[in-house]
Amino acid sequence: MSTINPPVVFTQDELGWVSWIDPLPEGELTERHFAGLVDRARAKSEYFRLLVRDPEVLEARTKTDKDIFYNVADGLPRAERELAAAATSRYNGCIYCASVHARFASTYSKRRDDVQRLLDEGVGADLGERWNAVVKASVALAETPIAFGPENIAELRSAGLDDAEIVDVINGASFFNWANRLMLSLGEPSK
Amino acid sequence: MSAKDIIDTLAGIEPGSALDAIRARRLQARENAQKSYLSLFEPIDAGDFSLAERAAVAAFVTGLHGESPVAAFYREKLAANADGAALVEPIKAEIERGKTSGPYGAFPAGPLSVEDKAGLIYRVSPERKPELGTRLVAALEHAHLLVFRPRDAASADMKALLAAGWSETGIVTFSQLVAFLSFQVRVVSGLRTLAAASA
Repeated sequence: MSTINPPVVFTQDELGWVSWIDPLPEGELTERHFAGLVDRARAKSEYFRLLVRDPEVLEARTKTDKDIFYNVADGLPRAERELAAAATSRYNGCIYCASVHARFASTYSKRRDDVQRLLDEGVGADLGERWNAVVKASVALAETPIAFGPENIAELRSAGLDDAEIVDVINGASFFNWANRLMLSLGEPSK
Repeated sequence: MSAKDIIDTLAGIEPGSALDAIRARRLQARENAQKSYLSLFEPIDAGDFSLAERAAVAAFVTGLHGESPVAAFYREKLAANADGAALVEPIKAEIERGKTSGPYGAFPAGPLSVEDKAGLIYRVSPERKPELGTRLVAALEHAHLLVFRPRDAASADMKALLAAGWSETGIVTFSQLVAFLSFQVRVVSGLRTLAAASA
């Protein structure tokens, strides 16, 4: 049993994640489970071996995730999809999810210091018109009841996003309301 | 296919519309959001989490987000379930008791503690516990936490679900269902807002 050393601040460092209930042992995975994992290498991850207890849901979730974030044939640049994920995670309070997607946002945008200010100062950090609009839209979508409204659309449009790019923001931010709730409630991050 | 897509249906996206064309550019996401819905609500095996329980949790979760076509859809799904129909009224009453604004909750003790935000710690009303049963009482209380204060989640919450008769596999599917609905209700709301802004 490894010792958990939970992070107490948002960070772009690589973190581990420890499940609170039992993942399936690697040796017990069948072809049905591997189909659910999508990438066989995910059998090494405690998080995915936990979610693979329901392989059909995991497979559909994983393929939804991949298309929303990795399909960059058109639409919003990857960096800003990752920004939406990081901002949602910052606002909901998922330190693990924020670490992963802040790193991706930094990698694709080359704006590591701005991404760090989002983590340090929170979703009110001033990151320039375009990023501010993406962060504000993500925050409005994360609220319950949902606060996303026509003013968010107007801000995204005036920051230069077309409707297809706005749909990428909606998809990316909404998806992290799914991811955050799993990561936060089934286990915890460890440094 | 798009006529039956649940997100398109709930968002009112018509085949051939501008948003239909935009959604088609993320075909894998669209199809797999649909498969997520189907695998949660028409699963191969509902042994760890019954269809009536799924509909009850879904009606509760979407209702907590406020009245919407999504909330109405899951309320109707609950009413259409033979074991679920009797739960419609108690769930409606619990939604009213549970409504609040999120996200709130505590961060790990440290520099982020200044951002801690207190809020409702929802518990099912004692008089409704007999009609809901132990498993659903525990599920609604945990679902409320997931909706409004996910950062408060702790390992003790898993123990509470296990003690109420949930299996580990059942907990995974239940968590996926609440988390998926958190996604679905937002995509629908976002797409409706965008459609209205383009009209």
